[in-house]
Amino acid sequence: MSQETAELITATAGVGTRTVRQRTSPAGDRVFMFLLYGSAWFVLAIVAALFLVLLQRSWPAIQTIGLGVFTTLWDPGGGHFGVLTFIYGTIVTSAIALIIAGPVGIGAALFLAELAPKRLATPVAMLIELLAAVPSVVYGIWGLFVMVPAIRVYIGPALQHVFGFLPLFQGPIYGVGMLAGGLILSIMVVPTVAAISRDVFEAVPNDQREGMLALGSTKWEMMTKSVLPYARSGVIGALVLGLGRALGEAMAVVMVIGNKPQIVASLFQPAYTMAAVPANEFSEATGKLYISVLIEIGLLLFIVSLLVNMCARFLVWNASGRGRR
Amino acid sequence: MGLKSPSFRKFWNVFMILISALCCVVCGIVLAIVVAFVISKGYKALNWNFFTKLPLPVGMSGGGVANAIVGSIEIVLMASLLAVPIGVLAGIYLALFGRGHLAANVRFFSDVLTGMPSIAIGIFAYSLIVIPTGHFSAYSAAIALAVIMLPIVVRTTEEAVRLVPGVIREGALALGIPAWKSTLLVTVPVARAGIVTGALLSVARVTGESAPLLFTAFGSQFWTKGFSSPIAALPLVIFINGISPYPDWQQLAWGCALVLVVLVFALNLIARLAFSRRVSAN
Repeated sequence: MSQETAELITATAGVGTRTVRQRTSPAGDRVFMFLLYGSAWFVLAIVAALFLVLLQRSWPAIQTIGLGVFTTLWDPGGGHFGVLTFIYGTIVTSAIALIIAGPVGIGAALFLAELAPKRLATPVAMLIELLAAVPSVVYGIWGLFVMVPAIRVYIGPALQHVFGFLPLFQGPIYGVGMLAGGLILSIMVVPTVAAISRDVFEAVPNDQREGMLALGSTKWEMMTKSVLPYARSGVIGALVLGLGRALGEAMAVVMVIGNKPQIVASLFQPAYTMAAVPANEFSEATGKLYISVLIEIGLLLFIVSLLVNMCARFLVWNASGRGRR
Repeated sequence: MGLKSPSFRKFWNVFMILISALCCVVCGIVLAIVVAFVISKGYKALNWNFFTKLPLPVGMSGGGVANAIVGSIEIVLMASLLAVPIGVLAGIYLALFGRGHLAANVRFFSDVLTGMPSIAIGIFAYSLIVIPTGHFSAYSAAIALAVIMLPIVVRTTEEAVRLVPGVIREGALALGIPAWKSTLLVTVPVARAGIVTGALLSVARVTGESAPLLFTAFGSQFWTKGFSSPIAALPLVIFINGISPYPDWQQLAWGCALVLVVLVFALNLIARLAFSRRVSAN
């Protein structure tokens, strides 16, 4: 009897020591949690550092030029640093990219999410994602040697023949120019739009579709009248994310747009974009102010991209329920 | 719309379905055209010299890009060593302990960082490291690429770890195994395929990045002289040689483009086959 009690006591004591040992030795746990939280904070610190460092290095330019950057004359040698022509080029090329990539991307996403059997949809979706995997500089060299000559010889004259009455398609066709920039961007934006739209379509509850089909609609009517309206904000989010990608793309654009700071209507004319300027002029930039202005362009890109992404994530998260996790 | 005749509606249905299928076909054709040109122009450059020789001055043919191949490997390897551990830890945090404001902010800002123009990140690395140290360097390039990799690793790790049933970790905890051990030795091995996929996708993404390297690695015609000197990289060769007026140089650029495309596609396919769940790394 007494032995049993003794055993019981030792057993209890054993349990006790074990818990005590665990309480006193979570040094490993403490280090681990420190690392986990540290890494999480590190991600936030990087974003903060991005902003602060860019702001600090562009401060000389902001102080010297101020709002003078929002003028049209870009003449670094003469001390004129106006970036409006670049903003114009960025807006026009991104607009071309979205006008082409938006419908194509959404159409492809509808096909993959609603129509194609899974056996077909998976490999096709993979192909479209490979389109996003091609490095931008490869698109650049391809654009320069394949697309630009094609625009000069075939695409440009054809567009001019049909739409020549519009100022957008008048004047000489060089090949390099805003049309080339916009087309190359549209190829790079399609996968983004398609992949995110597809996720959003797949998040639409099935009873939406069933209700519409039960009313006797065709498949297409089901898609346009129940799936698309339900997924509207997510699709807009996908377009905005595509826009973000187009706004910030440097290498592919710098190789095909002609790099000439000017505001003209004709899409066949060379232009310049925000992201292309630092990529092109950085190596020959002389003087602290010149470099500071290029960094300020980087800061502007950061801010624009932050706003665009905030807006897009908000729309997509609401549509696909991703943020609620 | 309701007043349209049934035959028109049927026709319109088929027509628009064909159009949406056509959208996929167009994407496939564009991919095929790009790849076809890269192969047809690039394969001529690929020979023994391409992989083993240094670039030669203008006018001399027979140079290679061995230094750029080594440079790219070196930069990407360093970037991975920096980004993968931190990214995996942050991803584990999000998946297992990620509630509240910190987690929401980390998720949000890593998504924002994913969409950040790579050229802005290059300018950041230039401002942060190249200006203070006064010279271009391999490590500044690695840091720029690591910043691009980090959010991809974070989010893919989170998704992968989240898929592991919590029960097995709780089982380990109930056996008295400390939290760090039960996480690293029980949960993480189950999620390994997904984490590797994320890491491979992030490597694929940065291997082709050229914009950040312009401001950090700068490029070089010679073998690398160490971590703190300018270094050559494949994407930079494509850019610099591609816009040069010399056919020999352009030929090298196409060769590099082919090597990069093959590499990036292979990484993507391996990553996706290893873990056949769709993970988007836009």
